[in-house]
Formats: sequence, structure tokens, C-alpha cells
Amino acid sequence: MLELMQQIINGLSLGAIYALIALGYTMVYGIIKLINFAHGEVMMVGAYVGFFSISVFGSHIIVAMIFAMLACGILGVIIEKIAYRPLRGATRIAALITAIGVSLFLQYTTVFFLTPQQRIFPQAAFTSQEYIIAGLSISNKDIFIFICAVTLMTILQYIIRRTKTGKAMRAVSLDRDAAVLMGISVDRTISITFAIGSSLAAAAGIMVGIYYSTINPLMGIIPGLKAFVAAVLGGIGIVPGAMVGGFLIGILETLVSGYGNSLYRDAVVFGVLIVILLVKPTGMFGKNDSEKV
Amino acid sequence: MRISKKVSLVVLMMFMLSILAIGCGDTSSTGDGEKDKAGVSDKADVIKVGINAELTGAVASYGTNARDGALLAIEHINAEGGVLGQELKAIVRDCKSIPDEAMSVSASLADEGIVAQIGPLTSGNVAGSTPMVMENQIPLIAPAATADDITLERDGSAKDFIFRVCYSDSFQGKIMADFAADNLGVKNVAIYKDASSDYAQGLADYFTETFTAKGGKIIIEEGFVKGDRDFRGTLTKIRGADPDFIYIPGYYEEVAPLIKQARELGIKAPLGGPDGWDSPDLVGVVGADNLNETYFTNHYSIEDENPKVIDFVERYREKYNKDPDAFAALGYDAVLLLARGIEDAGEVDPVKIQQALEKVTNFEGVTGTMDIDKQHNPVKGVVIIESIDGKQTMNTRIQP
Repeated sequence: MLELMQQIINGLSLGAIYALIALGYTMVYGIIKLINFAHGEVMMVGAYVGFFSISVFGSHIIVAMIFAMLACGILGVIIEKIAYRPLRGATRIAALITAIGVSLFLQYTTVFFLTPQQRIFPQAAFTSQEYIIAGLSISNKDIFIFICAVTLMTILQYIIRRTKTGKAMRAVSLDRDAAVLMGISVDRTISITFAIGSSLAAAAGIMVGIYYSTINPLMGIIPGLKAFVAAVLGGIGIVPGAMVGGFLIGILETLVSGYGNSLYRDAVVFGVLIVILLVKPTGMFGKNDSEKV
Repeated sequence: MRISKKVSLVVLMMFMLSILAIGCGDTSSTGDGEKDKAGVSDKADVIKVGINAELTGAVASYGTNARDGALLAIEHINAEGGVLGQELKAIVRDCKSIPDEAMSVSASLADEGIVAQIGPLTSGNVAGSTPMVMENQIPLIAPAATADDITLERDGSAKDFIFRVCYSDSFQGKIMADFAADNLGVKNVAIYKDASSDYAQGLADYFTETFTAKGGKIIIEEGFVKGDRDFRGTLTKIRGADPDFIYIPGYYEEVAPLIKQARELGIKAPLGGPDGWDSPDLVGVVGADNLNETYFTNHYSIEDENPKVIDFVERYREKYNKDPDAFAALGYDAVLLLARGIEDAGEVDPVKIQQALEKVTNFEGVTGTMDIDKQHNPVKGVVIIESIDGKQTMNTRIQP
């Protein structure tokens, strides 16, 4: 029982990271029906921005996180402007292939300028401390990551539900043409969506840095793919679905390693993707309207 | 105009003929002989040594350090008058930690006329490079490739042109099992291995074989794959089994976060590993406190009191302003072994050097005194490194 609780704690931290990345996938999909495969790489860039702002400017971890979120927000807007906007009228597959291209571009540009070697995320930025509570070991990193993730998700929910921008985002996602007729600037709304999604990914990147201690230019691939599975599991395009999906995938992974065979962990996660696509392609929170997928 | 053109044509033809004559190698004529001699002697004075190393990519820290060690050895040899009166010249190429790349690097080095190749570092990359050096009949001295089969053909005989200066995995796994059973006195052991690498798989097998033969028990065996960063799930499971010791064969990129997470989960058992742990990143990621009570088998220790080691460490520090790790020492030894081979051969010919290398005995390197056996492996001791407050210290040296 104790071990199970420990595994769930392990899974929650991992899940929080997946959930933050999954949010970006889902928001972008919800609004322009594009699976932005470059999203994992935006997370990687965020981790590097955080790395340099801590190691070069000696900034506090929170400052570094805000800085990385701003930088990646801008990066997201630029990616959308240069790579996706010209293809808005084109087929979906064209945009998808472009997304993969952007992903490779970001990976290898980073490799070119920063070498493929891993870097140690500055340990001094976050003094880790372990607590043993009723036999469970919890570190302040777990708590920090969980609180950060929940706070960011709450802010996101507030933006989407309670602000004018959020209303515009929901409107564009529901029916773009009608939104234009209502006087909503579609371009601006899409840009904001990319900015928000990318900055959440940047926050996740910093968390990966803190949690796993090392960063490298290819670190975005696997978490990016798993977050994508999380987004599909929750119902792609649906914001609460991405959060729940992220946590579920995180917990599932640790349970498979803990009670099954750790080598099947990735296979199980991607197996979930296949099962979901076969059984309920709209995901757990998806309404069964055939138009969506 | 026409005449001058004709004259220049004649001159050109004469020039081409003279080049042909030089090509035949028998030029005792004066005049252009001067120029020619300079050209030939330039070639003969230098022995080209190819260094094919992982300067970028996953195991870049191995490759760069081994290269530094090799270059230091070359500098040292040249300062003492070279080999057979000729200077060694290094041609350094990056194989990017990719086996295919290691092969094409070997091809281009062969084109440049090297007499022997030092590197690559990992077994996989050496295996990539092997067909090319075998085809060109150039001896390859692997500084740190520990897989048993890299020097062996399928039938168990040695691959003619492949040598190494490090011990093999079977030996390394056995020594760690001996150390765990005899020196640490542990009984119940967990193995958490990099299941995606032959290296770690081999080590785990050899460890298990020796350890169970000594009456110990492997109570749990788990695996991770290259690129994994989250080990908490499996570690929690291992914690539940409560082992006295955990053997973690793998490379530092995964092992470093793994050890960190193990300690964070409150696993206090001593941990052991192979030479793949040897990187400054290990203490950088894990932290000095958490790395206490970890042991790994290695090729040499910076603390060794052997005068050869002390001299090497001093010169390395002076040149590079950092401490040499085992890869630097092995790179250094690989060049020294090559120099010994060339000297024993008595002439700069790759095939002769190969024959001489096969017969090397009592070669004194920084990583120990060794004989080259029939399978082209060195017979030498193993050092057990213990980390104490972030410092690598030599726990013991085990002779075969």
C-alpha cells in the first residue's frame, strides 16, 4: 500500500509535466486543427533559456521560468507566423509535415549552436530537500512541480473561461468563419494561443531540468510524444482533457515500471494511443460528433 | 608567340616526365633532386597516426579525453626523439558517437596513409570501424572498448588488426562481483541495467554468473533504456525488495539521474557500476553526498602512486589544466603501446606493426603493466574507484 502511494506520488510529478506539455498540443489543435509536433522542441528551448538565465545571469528559478515562458511565447508566435500561417488554406497533411520539419529544425539548430552534449541543469538554482512523511518520500521538487503546474493550469482556465481573449479563442475554435463575422481577429487569437501553449511548454522544460538534472537538444522528443498521447487520451482539443490525460499517463508509466516490466513502459503508453484511436477517437472527454476527428 | 607556346609545351612535358621519374622512386639526378628529396623525406620523417574518436554526441566526454591523452603521449614521444627517429603526427577525426560515422572516418584516415588507428572509444563504434581497418590492414588500438567480441572472430580466434589496452567486460563484471561478495560482504543484490546496450547486458550476465557462484543471490533484475530520465517507478520497486547492493551497468548519461533519484527515494544501499560511470557529470548531477558509497571498476586511478602515473597526471594537468580520467589514461596508453609496436617491428609498416603488437609483453602503461594475450586483450589489474565526498578515490586494485 505504501509502495503504491509512493508510485502515485512519483507519477503525479511526471504527470504534471506531461499535462503542461499536453495543454499546448490541445490548445493549438482546438483552434487550428493542427498537431504541432514542434511542441516538444519548444519545451526543449524553454529548458535551455532557463539554463542560460540561471547559469549566466544567476537568476532565481521563478525569474528564469518567467523569462523562459516569455521567450518561448515569442518563439511560438514566430513559428506560427513563418511556418503555419502561410499554410492555413492548405491541406492538413501539409501543415502536419511542416510541423515535423519545424521540430527537426529546432533540434538540429540547437545541436549546431550548443553541441549535442548534455548539460547539467544548475543544481544551485533549486536546493532539493527530501521529506519522509509516513514512510513516503516526497521531495520539495515534487511539491514545487505540482504546485507550479496546478497554478499555471488554473491561470489558463481563468484566461479561457473568464477573459475576452479566452472567449475569442473558444469562438474561433468553435467556428472560425462565424468568429470573423463577429469581428474577432482570427490571426491575433491564433497567435495568442500559440504564445500561451508555448509558454506552458517552456515551464514544463524548466521542470524537466529541475526534476531530471540534465538537458540536451533531443530531450523534447519522447516527452513531446507522450504528452501527445496524453492529449489524445483526454480528447484532443479539450483543455481539461489534456490535464487529466497528462496525469493519467504519468501515473500509468510509473505503475507499469513499478508493477510490470519497466521495459514495456513506453510500449504501454503508445498502446494506449492505439486503443484510444480504435475505441474512442474523441478521447475520454470528447463528445461523439463525427466532425472532430 | 607560337614559338614561346611551343617552348612552354616542351617544358611542361619535361616537367611531367620528371614527375613520372620521381614516381618510380629512382631519382638520383641532380637539379630537381633537391626538391624531390625534401618531398620524400617530409613523408618519411613523420609517422601518421589516425585518431578516430567520439568528439561530439552521446559519449563525447570519452572521446575528447582519450584524444587529449593520446595527443599528450604523442607530444611526449616526439619530445624524446620520436619512434625509430621519426616523429609521430596525429590526424584527429570526429566519429560523432555513431558506428557508421566511425567507419567512414576510418576510410578517410586510411586514404591519408595512417600506419595505425587509435579509437574509437565505445565497443559499438569500434565494431563499426573494424571492417574498414581490416580491409586496409591497419592496426586499430581501441583504448576503452570493453565488449568481449570486438577483438574476436566468430570462431573465437583474434581479429588480426584489432587490439585494445583495456580489459574486457567479462573480466570487469567478474571483478565487481568478487568485490561485492568479498570486500563489501553483500548477499542480496539487485541489478538495474541498461537493457538497450550489449555492454551493460554482458556485464550483468558476467556479474550474475560470478556472484551466484560465490553463493550470493540476485533478488531482482530490472532494466532501463538509453535516453530514459525517469527511474522512480522501478527504483521504488527495487526499494521494496530491499537489496544490500545494487549493480547498475550502464553509461553515465542515464546512470547519473538514476543514482540521484535512488538516493532521493531513500535507497541507501551501496551502488556499483562499470567504467561507463567514469565522467565528471556523475558527481555534477548526483551531488557529492549522494554519491558516497558508490563503487565502480575502472582502468586506473589518479591516486595511484606508481611513478609513471604521477608523471602522467602532472604533465596532463599542466597541458590541459584538468585532471585526467581513465579515458585520457587509456588514450595515452594506446599511443604508447603503438610506439612500442613500431619500435619492436623496426620499420613503419602496418602489417609488421601488427605482428609486433601480437607479441608485446611486459608493457608498462599508465593503466598498469600488461601482456597482450592471444585474443589481443591486455592482461592487467582492475582498480575499484569509490566516491568519497565527491572525490574519486582508489579503494583497491585487484590483480588478475
